[in-house]
Amino acid sequence: MKDFILPDRDFGTPAAKSKQMVTLTIDGFDVTVPEGTSIMRAAAELGISVPKLCATDSLDAFGSCRLCLVEIEGRNGTPASCTTPVAPGIKVMTQTGKLKQLRRGVMELYISDHPLDCLTCAANGDCELQDQAGAVGLRDVRYEAVETHFRAKNTSGEANPQWLPKDDSNPYFSYDPSKCIVCSRCVRACEEVQGTFALTIEGRGWDSRVSFGMKTDTALASDCVSCGACVQACPTATLTEKSVIDIGTPDRAIVTTCAYCGVGCQFKAEMRGDELVRMVPYKHGKANRGHSCVKGRFAYGYASHKDRILNPMIRDSINDPWKEVSWAEAMEFAANRMKGIQERYGRQSVGVITSSRCTNEEAYLVQKLTRAVFMNNNTDTCARVCHSPTGYGLGQTFGTSAGTQDFDSVEHCDVALVIGANPHSGHPVFASRLKKRLRQGAKLIVIDPRRTEMVEGPHFKAAHHLALKPGTNVAIVTALAHVIVTEKLYNEAFIRARCDWDEFQDYMEFAADPRNSPEAIEMLTGVPAAEVRGAARLYATGGNAAIYYGLGVTEHSQGSTTVIGIANLAMLTGNIGRPGVGVNPLRGQNNVQGSCDMGSFPHELPGYRHVKGPEVRAIFEKAWGVTIDPEPGLRIPNMLDAAVEGSFKGLYCQGEDILQSDPDTKHVAAGLAAMECVIVHDLFLNETANYAHVFFPGSSFLEKDGTFTNAERRINMVRKVMAPKQGYADWEVTQMFARAMGADWNYTHPSQIMEEIALTTPSFAGVNYEALETKGSIQWPCNEKAPEGTPLMHIDGFVRGKGKFIRTEYVATDEKTGPRFPLLLTTGRILSQYNVGAQTRRTENVVWHGEDVLEIHPHDAETRGIREGDFVRLASRAGETTLRATLTDKVSPGVVYTTFHHPVTQANVITTDFSDWATNCPEYKVTAVQVSPSNGPSEWQEAYEAQASLSRRIAAAE
Amino acid sequence: MPDQSAIIARVSEIIASHQGVEGPLLPILHAIQHQFGHVPQAALPVIAQALSLSKAEVHGVMSFYHDFREEPAGRHVVKLCRAESCQSVGADRVAAHAQARLGVDWHGTTPDGAVTLEPVFCLGLCACGPAAMVDGRLVGRVDEARVDALLAEVR
Repeated sequence: MKDFILPDRDFGTPAAKSKQMVTLTIDGFDVTVPEGTSIMRAAAELGISVPKLCATDSLDAFGSCRLCLVEIEGRNGTPASCTTPVAPGIKVMTQTGKLKQLRRGVMELYISDHPLDCLTCAANGDCELQDQAGAVGLRDVRYEAVETHFRAKNTSGEANPQWLPKDDSNPYFSYDPSKCIVCSRCVRACEEVQGTFALTIEGRGWDSRVSFGMKTDTALASDCVSCGACVQACPTATLTEKSVIDIGTPDRAIVTTCAYCGVGCQFKAEMRGDELVRMVPYKHGKANRGHSCVKGRFAYGYASHKDRILNPMIRDSINDPWKEVSWAEAMEFAANRMKGIQERYGRQSVGVITSSRCTNEEAYLVQKLTRAVFMNNNTDTCARVCHSPTGYGLGQTFGTSAGTQDFDSVEHCDVALVIGANPHSGHPVFASRLKKRLRQGAKLIVIDPRRTEMVEGPHFKAAHHLALKPGTNVAIVTALAHVIVTEKLYNEAFIRARCDWDEFQDYMEFAADPRNSPEAIEMLTGVPAAEVRGAARLYATGGNAAIYYGLGVTEHSQGSTTVIGIANLAMLTGNIGRPGVGVNPLRGQNNVQGSCDMGSFPHELPGYRHVKGPEVRAIFEKAWGVTIDPEPGLRIPNMLDAAVEGSFKGLYCQGEDILQSDPDTKHVAAGLAAMECVIVHDLFLNETANYAHVFFPGSSFLEKDGTFTNAERRINMVRKVMAPKQGYADWEVTQMFARAMGADWNYTHPSQIMEEIALTTPSFAGVNYEALETKGSIQWPCNEKAPEGTPLMHIDGFVRGKGKFIRTEYVATDEKTGPRFPLLLTTGRILSQYNVGAQTRRTENVVWHGEDVLEIHPHDAETRGIREGDFVRLASRAGETTLRATLTDKVSPGVVYTTFHHPVTQANVITTDFSDWATNCPEYKVTAVQVSPSNGPSEWQEAYEAQASLSRRIAAAE
Repeated sequence: MPDQSAIIARVSEIIASHQGVEGPLLPILHAIQHQFGHVPQAALPVIAQALSLSKAEVHGVMSFYHDFREEPAGRHVVKLCRAESCQSVGADRVAAHAQARLGVDWHGTTPDGAVTLEPVFCLGLCACGPAAMVDGRLVGRVDEARVDALLAEVR
């Protein structure tokens, strides 16, 4: 339902993909459509809307409502136009006397068991049942409603057993069975689009009802993941967003891009006045194709949460309460401090952290701030702690720091190899698209220490799950290569044509070494050799094989090596450069790709060009009118080390909470405490702000224009749907600060910033707002060679020329288990929460995940005397914390697992400061720990809570 | 009533014995009902997991077939035909009589657990209506007296 504004026409059935065209006549007009198209869709192409209730173009035709009947010359009866495919030359009539009578009769039956409370109904004005009653000219209902599903009591006051109460258990939508017409659209959406199969039709005939889960389940207790697909599919008020019930129908819609994960779903922000009524996934969004997850669809309440800070604040010391001041005063205070620090401690004593949650334009400005105003290269970004090894590994082997495919590519994949990623939780919309492909028969290999939701579920099961010991990725990936090389499963023609043959020979010699065989590493990884061999054979010979990987690959001391190993696998088997294959990093944050593209790293100017290159510096020196420091600046860990040593004193941190998200919290806290001016620019007083002297309130993604770049290098428009609550978009705040520092910046709209990016960065040369408006989105590189952008990379040759094989020697991490710390802790995500939880914790999503819990195998729990739900102490060499334990065999004995969505858990107190050898990406995924029963919070947690509440005080206005 | 873990253990055995069967869901549900006299709700997630289905799907299939019970029936099950042919020869009257005698509504079980009364739509015995089925045995030409006799027999 609910497409009444920004009319995305509903064509009734999905588009057919055939190249063979068929011409037929509908109501006297000729129409030519691909073979396999339904008559309903063909009619819709002509602009003829055949009445319908159970059909919508996101779902396969079902043919149950009997409203879309048509007549076909020379054929008997009145077939349903949704399930009848077109045929050459047929003559179809969609509106005849007979059809009109039949449709009215069907409609009468529907209406006879439907409450006629349209004026007070939440779907009023947005109801397909209402529309279709109008379309078929229903004027009278002859049937008297005696037995119904919608009356709670009959006329004599007895309870009606057929009536079911509303199910309001889900925080975001309500299920009202009394309005249901049992068209099955919700059930089909849950199955076909989302792939959760949480809904069913229970009973039969008159007793048929939509049911969440089993008899005893509610919407919340069922398998439902609250993606909203059913709500979107529902043609009546049966499944309705609570926000619509609360506010009413929206009056306009603006297409924008979700600010959660790296999938980059497009949404229609549906508004009434400046109030956001709901977010509806946009059918023409190329990453999500009309689908969404609970975060993007519903969890936007944080933008208007009471915790949000709307006034700039300053303080002399972090022990003082905050003082609310004007923007001008805050800017002056911050600029004076930063200038003073640079005068006293030198040019290199300050730096910035760009945000992967802000727009490209904002990230560009922040790195420009340090390079052109602070005059150093001290810029880093949260990608440091997630996908920096991807940048390094793929840059070395292929020549670009990005995924090779678009998400549509998954529709052509035959074997999906998912390594160290749990798209079900982290990238749910992509997971739905992958599961759809798996249901069509594609095979799945999962490499993950934990039996994640990706390993098996309704209608899919991984062919191989390699449950390796955390920290042994490189050994497994090399063993896969060993099997491919020694069993001669590699694609010699591809390697000869596209890669350096000598380097391949060298790599082959390395991989073929018996010490890299699955048998040799079995003891190390804990994975049976036969499984590894089976997986390697499937990957190499199963057809189009695509690798999707996440932070389980990168956040290791050998993260970069694993990325290189993954690239080697793709090159060995020729799985690069066509649809359905490739190497696809699943980026964590909405704009982590973009913030890296924008030159957020200390050694790279925008477009991944090294700052040492004089010709690159010349471009920016000309554009910015300054001299750029030729030496790379400090990475985040270096900044913190330098701060502790006393040489780094000032930081401008935009939209990132390093205290919560970076490893070894105590070290981060010590570094921040040693600085003289920490400027935090965020929506909330985050954990880092406890150590800040200046707070610039930030604007949400709903309040600014700009672009985000998703995991497929797709530049999507972010559009302002409401005015910034605190007065300024983030790019304006950065500009004000730069001006206070003495810079002459005069951008009046983010489009001007994008023009500057395009002018200075070859891979963005063809990108501008006008092109984005017309094309919807663009995948970089977009320049003279590829004016339309680049959905698939490395089609005819690698960007770097020849693909480069690099040896991937396994070196065990220094973080080892021993008698004191015998268990390995690995960390991950949960569907309903996002990153450090700053946003999702401030929404109703907490009903699914109110606190972080420790997953432990029952065997390990028993030997420690730990029962389900017990408070446990989790200790590592770096620190300790407490949280509740849950017993599960999803983790192997010897491995424990938790998430880091809640600051009170402080999981990063535990993680060590070991990091990737190439990029310093922290080793979050492996920490040796001990678990023991506990009574309550650790000393650190208590001390931290005390400091945090002291630090968050805001002085009352005078 | 067996406790949950015993149910799940037995259900798992039943599922295991159906390995390799094509379209195993209905045979498994039958076997479970045969074992327990009903299909315990606790069995559904176990079946779902084993067959790569969701628990909603298993519930959807099970609830489609009226003969799969969620709760144990009485010691005896009396089914009375409610279809058109039997109605035309007095099934309604017979049904009302049976309900009154047992003191239960459709699908109800007498408090002593002896008899469960169920409606059924056509037993294929239209020529000898009103028709009934008692513990799987067909009975024709059922009138009030025969209902009394049948009930006396099973109580």
